Amino acid sequence: MSVTKAPAAEAVVRKPSTRRRLVPYWLLLPGILWLLVFFALPMVYQASTSVQTGSLEKGFEVTWHFRTYWDALTDYYPQFVRSLLYAGTATLLCLLLGYPLAYLIAFKAGRWRNLVLVLVVAPFFTSFLIRTLAWKTILADGGAVVDALNTLHVLDVTAWLGWTENNRVLATPMAVVCGLTYNFLPFMILPLYTSLERIDGRLHEAAGDLYATPATTFRKVTLPLSMPGVVSGTLLTFIPASGDYVNAELLGSTDTKMVGSVIQAQFLRVLDYPTAAALSFILMAVVLLVVTVYIRRSGTEDLV
Amino acid sequence: MPVLRWIRRNLVVLAGLLTLAYMILPNVVVMVFSFNRPKGRFNYAWQEFSLDAWKDPCGVADLCGSLSLSLRIAFWATVGATALGTMIAFALVRYRFRARGAVNSLIFLPMAMPEVVMAASLLTLFLNMGARLGFWTVLIAHIMFCLSFVVTAVKARVMSMDPRLEEAARDLYAGPVQTFVRVTLPIAAPGIAAGALLAFALSFDDFIITNFNAGSTVTFPMFVWGSAQRGTPVQINVIGTAMFVIAVAVVLAGQLVANRRKSNAGN
Repeated sequence: MSVTKAPAAEAVVRKPSTRRRLVPYWLLLPGILWLLVFFALPMVYQASTSVQTGSLEKGFEVTWHFRTYWDALTDYYPQFVRSLLYAGTATLLCLLLGYPLAYLIAFKAGRWRNLVLVLVVAPFFTSFLIRTLAWKTILADGGAVVDALNTLHVLDVTAWLGWTENNRVLATPMAVVCGLTYNFLPFMILPLYTSLERIDGRLHEAAGDLYATPATTFRKVTLPLSMPGVVSGTLLTFIPASGDYVNAELLGSTDTKMVGSVIQAQFLRVLDYPTAAALSFILMAVVLLVVTVYIRRSGTEDLV
Repeated sequence: MPVLRWIRRNLVVLAGLLTLAYMILPNVVVMVFSFNRPKGRFNYAWQEFSLDAWKDPCGVADLCGSLSLSLRIAFWATVGATALGTMIAFALVRYRFRARGAVNSLIFLPMAMPEVVMAASLLTLFLNMGARLGFWTVLIAHIMFCLSFVVTAVKARVMSMDPRLEEAARDLYAGPVQTFVRVTLPIAAPGIAAGALLAFALSFDDFIITNFNAGSTVTFPMFVWGSAQRGTPVQINVIGTAMFVIAVAVVLAGQLVANRRKSNAGN
């Protein structure tokens, strides 16, 4: 801009402009400092903790003991596999359950749209622990849900698949996945809704005019255009679900423990800090790997 | 078969409503069981109707103490995260500077990290610093993880703002402070409010990060967690129901105000 100005004026303008150039840095400083000190620096501390040996009484020392990683993996790989499996299943269920609801809000709700949106968001404000505990009541032995599933012989099938045991749902993998799916559904629905809402309704009409059946319209128009929502929704569901231990602890049993439970127990009860730090680093690495591969494969790098 | 055809035509609506029912069901259960008079410590089976818990919501030791602690933490975390986050959002949208990419990834990473990982690493920092775990460590942690969400919410709003409005204000001889207070802030307000609301909800509800960094301090989610082992008092359902009702009322009222403004602006 200053190029168009007269040379004489430029000299006067230059001083405030250097000050102005510093404005973004002053705006960033407090927040970025906060993230550096309380987010990035802790990661460094954790990395150093994971290669320490020692005990709580004698103190810990950095000994570059990488074996901790190997030991943690061999000791706790069932919990790792389970976490990824449960989180993956819950994400898939969230997508299957959430898509119709997001579609309903975006295209079919009409004047009910705001009310439905409120009903999707409102559970956020009731403590999620209270709501998870409510699932204990819903899935209780001898409760209506379990009775109905028993009468319909659904539990025989799920027991054969290894999802449930002894004609009960509580304390089985099915209960944990049900809780995870429930808790992270809003994180799937909101991004899906946002990307569906952006789709121009006339595209659907155009597809219909070109003799596409509703199914074809969905497959060729709606679904591809909603991919950004699908990708960010699955990430927002999978990442927190893989580290969650609340559902596994409240609705599951010792056989359904996820890696989050192990990290929590090692850190807060066993006080074996190196193992806990190694475990949480492995979890972070696995999640970042899965996320990176997924974003590459879905071809939406620029959309996330 | 007309019934089958009707079901086929409305399949999406039916599936969506089913999901909605799945999402609301626990809230209904919480509400119903807030009127229960349980036998024994656990409030899992329906016994008989009673208003006792509603008449005396603080009747359980430590419950209302933990509730007020959570509210205080959520309030200050909201203030802190909203102030810091709004500044970052303005810097990112309004200015081109070096290290923009690095700043963007530093904002994105906390949202792409499982909560246990952040919780555990923050604990190692506090342990190494010899910090006393309690109110302050929890507040620091909450501001940290709410920050990214505030930045995202405010950024979305500021990005859709027309910078010419501010130029116009300056052309009309408004000073920088006046322009910011009278023009920029009112336009950005809905984004800032959304970010603040999100920060409050996230902080108030957080369990995992708090559990790691609270020491012996007990916030409301931690109280609920503990009560799951000891036996859940009915009062927890009362608080849960009240929170749900208040949240729905606040959101609906907010939409009503927004709608009225919109229709006023249209006239």
